Amino acid sequence: MKSKGLASIIVTVGIILAGCTEKEAKPSSNTTETAVVDLTAETDAYKQFALEQMDQFVLETQKFVTAVKDGDLEKAKAIYPTARMYFERSEPIAESFGDLDPRIDARLADLQEEGKGEEDWTGYHKIEYGLWVDNTTAGYEDIADQLLKDAKELRARVETVEVTPDLMITGSVDLLNEVSTSKITGEEEIYSHTDLYDFKANIEGAEKIFTILQDKIGKKDPALVEELTEKFSAMNELLSKYEDGNGGFISYEQLTAEDTKALSEAVNHLGEPLSNMGIIMEG
Amino acid sequence: MSEPTEEKFYEKKISRRQMLKYTGVGAAGVMIGASGIGSVLNVFGMAMPDDDETAKNKIKFYGAHQSGIATDVPTHIYFASLDVVVKTKKELQDIFKTWTSLSVRLMNGEPVGDTSTNGYVPAKDTGEAKGLDAANLTLTFGVGPSLFDRPEFGLASKRPKELKDLPHFPKDQLDPAITGGEICIQACADDPQVAFHAVRNLIRAVSGKVSLKWSQAGFNSFPMKKNKKQTPRNLFAFKDGTANPNTGSKTDMNEVVWINPNESKPWLTGGTYLVARKVQMHLETWDRTALGEQEATFGRHRDSGAPLGKQQEFDEVDLEEKDASGRPVMPADSHVRLAKEAGTRILRRSFSYSSGIIDSTGTYDAGLLFISFQKDPEQFIKIQRKFGRADKLNEYITHRGSALFACFPGIQKGSYIGEALFN
Repeated sequence: MKSKGLASIIVTVGIILAGCTEKEAKPSSNTTETAVVDLTAETDAYKQFALEQMDQFVLETQKFVTAVKDGDLEKAKAIYPTARMYFERSEPIAESFGDLDPRIDARLADLQEEGKGEEDWTGYHKIEYGLWVDNTTAGYEDIADQLLKDAKELRARVETVEVTPDLMITGSVDLLNEVSTSKITGEEEIYSHTDLYDFKANIEGAEKIFTILQDKIGKKDPALVEELTEKFSAMNELLSKYEDGNGGFISYEQLTAEDTKALSEAVNHLGEPLSNMGIIMEG
Repeated sequence: MSEPTEEKFYEKKISRRQMLKYTGVGAAGVMIGASGIGSVLNVFGMAMPDDDETAKNKIKFYGAHQSGIATDVPTHIYFASLDVVVKTKKELQDIFKTWTSLSVRLMNGEPVGDTSTNGYVPAKDTGEAKGLDAANLTLTFGVGPSLFDRPEFGLASKRPKELKDLPHFPKDQLDPAITGGEICIQACADDPQVAFHAVRNLIRAVSGKVSLKWSQAGFNSFPMKKNKKQTPRNLFAFKDGTANPNTGSKTDMNEVVWINPNESKPWLTGGTYLVARKVQMHLETWDRTALGEQEATFGRHRDSGAPLGKQQEFDEVDLEEKDASGRPVMPADSHVRLAKEAGTRILRRSFSYSSGIIDSTGTYDAGLLFISFQKDPEQFIKIQRKFGRADKLNEYITHRGSALFACFPGIQKGSYIGEALFN
């Protein structure tokens, strides 16, 4: 007790001398400390964003499903990449549901890794296969119905998610990791080759988290805000080179090795400073 | 419970005071707060480190010449060629400043930054060298010709005339992906993980400011005789580096390797040129070549390393000697003969590499990461031209990658890598 009292006196003096002393008075530990910073406003804002994205996701999925069931192949193909973007933007939250996420977004390769087969395959990528490989919507009506049901369930369950600062900080880096491991390799959309849409949406999702946390980060490290602003803008500028002129993106197949290298490097250059947003968790 | 906490608190308090004292920030300076203090320290918030003479298996960072040139060759290398992403001279200088303090720490066998206590951010050091000592790590930095082509850095007037892309040599099959580069980092150590860790952390510390163009890991093994390292063998089993200048002799090194005053641009005095060549060695064809033919290709005996017709590795190469039928003992197309005829010397510091299989042929992707140091690239060019089409070794090797870098002189305390180039 006695020593604690002494420490707090020194802390008070420390604050007068220099703002940084307060931090040092806290016992250091090698493990994750409980956040003492109040980020309620930020987590609320992020949840709001996720819910808006989910609302749009359900609406767009509805349109997609209707096109599939109407047998309108071209319309379904046109809606497919943009509808998915709402999902990709809010992936840190969508991913919290271990059962729903694969039902909506699994690739056949993901299932095969788990020892499952084609019969267990549902969701967007299953229909992607139908649209681009089988070149038909016929036979995919039930999958479409199920997809809409799952999308609606996801929307309802997002309501219940407890958004923590950790989820946001980790989520933003995870979004970039998604890009680095599957989008940049063209492994996400192996039939439609619309990987750049997912790419863009993942970046937008990460940027949203940064925007929400920006003020708090700025108080700790203004240079980090500056760097991230610059890196996001460089990333977006680079991606804009691959727009198709009709509000979308060119096919992944049109990218050269030089293109994917440049994109990959831009993601890594953004990811490194992004991973330091956690400084706001230091008390 | 409260006692250890308090102890840590006081420890930290003291270290902060020391830092303030070290960096010369007086009482008024304290008011500038954390960010202000950070700016006078290096990027990781620590005072400039110094060589730790007590560190185990340590090579000194500061000195008249960079490490990794005259230093005894260790068993491993990780060589990286980088391009510069930043657009101003100031940012380029900052990269080298950052690398200066990190290099000292790495060569002390220390992590590049304090262990983070915040579980929400990644650690400053990537960590894989924890528990390992410095393993005789050396770090050698150089700049390539293309850096001087970039007007934004304003270095054109500092460009030595000899710093230009190496010419095309007969039989070169260079892959642009492993050719050239604006900056090189040569990390050598007696532990492959220590060498890799060093490059990885140097690049990570300037993430977004440079991009990795190509890199190559390599290895060497030294037979020991009477506790003395013998000349290592390449993957063709022949000794590599026998004819090297004596790195312990000032005269030899000044004659062959170090750039003396007035021999090039002033910023390079005490520096040298590094030639890197990735030479694929066709192991399958070599292995089905008769021993006599192999020895005639090199002009040396395989096991002893002696020149043909001689007994000992270091016996003088005799170009005039003829056999009973009047033919030269050292064949006209042998590698060692041609090198000797070039009439110039270089310091060879090569490493073998083995990087899996070449998809298109199913053969080993293996060979030599040839590295040589010389005060003028012309020394290497002269030898390589002499090999030309004549060298019998050409049948068994293909040059796939090539780069030339001007390596800075040694770094003095208080200065940073390459300072003379920028000022």
